[in-house]
Amino acid sequence: MEKIYSDYQEQTEFKKVCPKTINFLLSYSQALYEFEHDNLSFETFLN
Amino acid sequence: MKLQIEDSELVKDYINGNEGALEILINRHNQRITSFIYSKVLDRDITEDIFQDTFIKVIKTLKRGKYSEEGKFLPWVMRISHNLIIDHFRRNKRMPMFEGSDDFNIFSVIGDDKLNAEKQLIKNQIDTDLRQLVEELPDDQKEVLLMRIYKDMSFKEISENTGVSINTALGRMRYALINLRKIIEKNNIVLTN
Repeated sequence: MEKIYSDYQEQTEFKKVCPKTINFLLSYSQALYEFEHDNLSFETFLN
Repeated sequence: MKLQIEDSELVKDYINGNEGALEILINRHNQRITSFIYSKVLDRDITEDIFQDTFIKVIKTLKRGKYSEEGKFLPWVMRISHNLIIDHFRRNKRMPMFEGSDDFNIFSVIGDDKLNAEKQLIKNQIDTDLRQLVEELPDDQKEVLLMRIYKDMSFKEISENTGVSINTALGRMRYALINLRKIIEKNNIVLTN
């Protein structure tokens, strides 16, 4: 990891991810529904 | 004076069902996290992927109620993305990705065996021309040639089907080829792909 983290430190140009990625995450968050039953956790997507 | 809501408050709001709080958190830390990931992977698409995977983990953890406010939100998110970056490099080490460059194209050394559309058209044309030339041969030679080349029969099978000896069948085949060459030369026909 030392090598990976020390090379090309000066090349950081990409500042922000695109709005599409953020919109996807917000939609994903809205659709994701987590619940527990009998100590088991379930996840489901609501439309 | 602009008052900024603390990350910990936004996290609580989000856990309580306020989806807007997540949007504020993502936009607030977008630049820090993106720059961090990009500085390690140096690829925009991979950065987008890792950023997305990071927040999917964040969302799942928060929705499951597994997040503990021991540390700060941003360092926690950075730690997740750091782990995903390591996963990315481990995966790449196991399965390195090859990308061509301007100087070298991988498709110049590998390719499929199929003919391209142009070569297929030429081949079809040659097959048709050749079939017409075969029609010019005497019937006995034509019969042997068609059985051998187009029906893929052995000379034993040809001799059994035509009622002649194997040697005769071989002789007819030989003359069929000699005569085909003569017709081709005589008419200056070019049969190459």
